[in-house]
Amino acid sequence: MAVELPDNVVVTKLDELASWCRKNSLWPMPFATACCGIELMATGASRHDLARFGAEVFRFSPRQCDLMIVAGRVVMKMLPVLQRIWQQMHEPKWCISMGACASTGGVFDTYCVVQGIDRFMPVDMYVPGCPPRPEQLIQAIIDLQDKIQSEGTIDGAEFDLFERQQPKRALVELPILGQSPVFPRAPSCQRL
Amino acid sequence: MADASVTDRIKQRFPEARADEFRGQSRIVVPAANLEEALTLAHGELGFDLLVDITCVDYLHFREARNRYGLVYLLVNTTTNDRLTLRVMLDEPQLTVPSAVPLWEGANWMEREVWDMFGIRFDGHPDLRRILLPEEFESHPLRKDYPLQGRGERHNFPVIARGEA
Repeated sequence: MAVELPDNVVVTKLDELASWCRKNSLWPMPFATACCGIELMATGASRHDLARFGAEVFRFSPRQCDLMIVAGRVVMKMLPVLQRIWQQMHEPKWCISMGACASTGGVFDTYCVVQGIDRFMPVDMYVPGCPPRPEQLIQAIIDLQDKIQSEGTIDGAEFDLFERQQPKRALVELPILGQSPVFPRAPSCQRL
Repeated sequence: MADASVTDRIKQRFPEARADEFRGQSRIVVPAANLEEALTLAHGELGFDLLVDITCVDYLHFREARNRYGLVYLLVNTTTNDRLTLRVMLDEPQLTVPSAVPLWEGANWMEREVWDMFGIRFDGHPDLRRILLPEEFESHPLRKDYPLQGRGERHNFPVIARGEA
């Protein structure tokens, strides 16, 4: 016996419903350390209006956020702070690496600047630019929404998938040498 | 600009000091052994009551340089608006100089920064710790023989994978 559905009823999967809710109410955590932060503010302001995409509620507490936007260079001394904030955010959570410095270290190829935060934590979207225009950041958020919609599950099982685990880049590139657990020395390492 | 009497008086006191002037600014290089006396003279009799900065130059690879480090004190007399650049040349292994904290309280953090970046010790400093770099850091990165990209310090943090914590 066929059941007639009324016009105002939609049938979907619970996973897709959850992803749809999540993608349209992203709460960004602005980790703005440099000039990218200014573009991030412009993105949230009235002209570019991030509210059109449901992501206008910037919160400065990681407990209330599910989207980390790392805007600007991250120095060695700041990285433990960044990791701590990332760990304090609740699952499901996503990360946008905004700008050349957060993604690769940019022009700051010096002893104290981390050469890309993806060496030390997961990143979902990279935004090129120095700094990127607000349109680029909005595009990244739209792309992230597509990603959440296509991959998300209600219990976050996608985060356990092997293919979504990033290789541990920092350790792959430079094996830990020496004794100190915090700063093991790499002998005769003039250019890395 | 400092009038000639300032450098003259320092030279009178320390005959080995070398003084010159460039575009109205007095510069004087005193021997390392006389540094404490020279600072005391500048602070007391000569009235240089404001310490603007303490910084350091590494003259490694510098042509015609006879000493490795130049430690620079920038002083101002706020009554007469005189400025004085007092410099002392240092070489390894004798990289310890007396602290200027008893004379100018503001020397505290400046000396910590010079220690952090150049590894010059200040004898008598109340709290000579690193000020900018992490405590565990072992090098002094503004020395010219330190590689620009470091010795791997920025590569050795724990990596957080997705789904962890």
